[in-house]
Amino acid sequence: MNLYEYQARDILRQHGIPVPAGDVATTADEAKAIAARIGGPVVVKAQVHAGGRGKAGGVKLARDAAEAHAHASRILGMTIKGLTVQRVLVVPAAEIASESYVGIIVDRASQRPVLMVSPAGGIDIEDVAAKTPEKIHRLAIDPRYGLLAHQALGLALRLYPEIARARAAADIMRKLYRAFYAVGASLAEINPLITTSAGEVVALDAKISVDDNELDRRPEIAALRDVSAEDPAEVAARDGGLTFIKLDGAVGCCVNGAGLAMATMDLVKFYGGEPANFLDIGGSSNPQKVVTALQIITADPAVKAILFNIFGGITRCDDVANGIVQATQAFPLKVPIVIRLTGTNEKEAVEILTRAGFSALTDMDEAVQGAVRAAAGRAA
Amino acid sequence: MSIFIGADTRLVVQGITGRDGSFHTKQMMAYGTRVVAGVTPGKGGQRFEDSAPIFDSVADAVRETGADTSVIYVPASGAAAAVFEAADAGVRLVVCITEGLPVLDMTTALPFVHERGARLIGPNCPGLISPGRSKVGIIPGNICRPGRVGVVSRSGTLTYEIIHQLSTHGLGQSTCVGIGGDPLIGTSFIHCLEAFEADAETDAVVMIGEIGGTDEQQAAAWVTAHMTKPVVGFIAGQTAPPGRRMGHAGAIISGSSGTAAEKIQAFEASGIAVMRRPSEVVALLRARM
Repeated sequence: MNLYEYQARDILRQHGIPVPAGDVATTADEAKAIAARIGGPVVVKAQVHAGGRGKAGGVKLARDAAEAHAHASRILGMTIKGLTVQRVLVVPAAEIASESYVGIIVDRASQRPVLMVSPAGGIDIEDVAAKTPEKIHRLAIDPRYGLLAHQALGLALRLYPEIARARAAADIMRKLYRAFYAVGASLAEINPLITTSAGEVVALDAKISVDDNELDRRPEIAALRDVSAEDPAEVAARDGGLTFIKLDGAVGCCVNGAGLAMATMDLVKFYGGEPANFLDIGGSSNPQKVVTALQIITADPAVKAILFNIFGGITRCDDVANGIVQATQAFPLKVPIVIRLTGTNEKEAVEILTRAGFSALTDMDEAVQGAVRAAAGRAA
Repeated sequence: MSIFIGADTRLVVQGITGRDGSFHTKQMMAYGTRVVAGVTPGKGGQRFEDSAPIFDSVADAVRETGADTSVIYVPASGAAAAVFEAADAGVRLVVCITEGLPVLDMTTALPFVHERGARLIGPNCPGLISPGRSKVGIIPGNICRPGRVGVVSRSGTLTYEIIHQLSTHGLGQSTCVGIGGDPLIGTSFIHCLEAFEADAETDAVVMIGEIGGTDEQQAAAWVTAHMTKPVVGFIAGQTAPPGRRMGHAGAIISGSSGTAAEKIQAFEASGIAVMRRPSEVVALLRARM
């Protein structure tokens, strides 16, 4: 789960990291009031889960509260990479003397949290990594001891040769590391970490992604989720215990297991079709999950054929068959359906489906080819 | 012979009285696995299905029954603690089936397991099976046949699909290992390839990867340097969009890294025969065995 900049700033502030004053607004009037409270020039920043806000016109400098009102009214409601801006952050315009980057990720190869710093701040760290990898300094942290003082200072001196600033940056790094574990992050970055003309080191922009598996034990973080910024179908799927990701094709896929779901999508492509979605109904699927899955798939007008691919292990094929029958009785399908199931209780499933007028296949290639043909308007 | 488990494996089940734990324990017993103990704190002294004794802790189970392998079915909130407990109790192999563990828990659990000299398989995995000998986890026993092909995979049902292809065409398996779909896991492709390479009863290996991370690329480099047995590979997720988590927590393309294309390229460069669809596995293996 990605947090908004204003949420990430709050978390940094709670951990003692200096961030500029400012507040979040949902209306232009609120933005104006915040700007008036700050006094002097401010920056109005769109709060969306997308990079490139500045280029899209979502970050504007305002000389005073009236101009902040004008900018906020334009930015609120604008669309950036398909996402509607519903909030703006209003912060004092900073005098930036230098910009650097500080970030922590969980590194899969070393299986540790890794701190990355770079004097090349204010730009996408992936670009820095691609063009000037020598400007990125990395340290794998032993989580048993945390980020040690000398380790942080060593990296901070790569950013700031002057010791007072280096000490301030090292302090920020250690606090960021504590915040990382406190919220259950998979990524936490300050970009840019700036020095002001007065010599202070301040986190000007922040990004935090939280591991979805942490949310059950961190209700205060789970409460930060903004469901309105997500695809309603994906939200409905999550509420129903399914994993669904919308894609652009015409073959709606319903599969048990993530790996098999991906392999099914790939096979659709292999036979000349395009998958309409990724959908994993999970391991111990009950008929209700199948009903929810079919509701979500059939709500997509681009879907021209539905493909079930079930390999029964823990999942029982008869559960899936019952779900298909229940769902299609409640809302008759308008597009062809191709069903492949094999494994646990396959015979019972075939009987259930046959009684309801469906046919079932056992071979995955055959089923995918049939669904691709059906989606193209030819006989399945 | 087989890798990691065998007919002499003495298994303790953590979470044996839970819904998943009890169901799969019955399945494992029916398959012939030697389930010597179960653990559910507070239920020590009882018996599971009138046979396996239940203990309050893994340490008690190990001391009383000589269990050497543990399998974990406890819910995600307690699964990392169960991994620590098993490693601390001295079992040599810990298999964590549970899905949904916070990744940061693994940053401390993995070094702990390593220091105790144990091996962790998973989390978020279907476990492993040595057909005809022992099954630890949830891989359906009825689709497997004893034989000489080793299978290692990050997936569950996709692995069953491929095992099913092998079995129905007369290619049995020495051991099938599901290493798990999470970003941080205890046993990598390389660990399994090493074990299969050393196993006198394995003639060839099927390696099933997916998008996300660089484990497959590292495994391909290891194959080039050390593997003498033929390897056939598959990568799921060629049509997966970047930046989205495809069900498995670890199945995500980050920036331009972790794509199916780069993994397939790494496989091919190391001489691994890559199937374009799961049903090609038998033909590719037969041509190399």
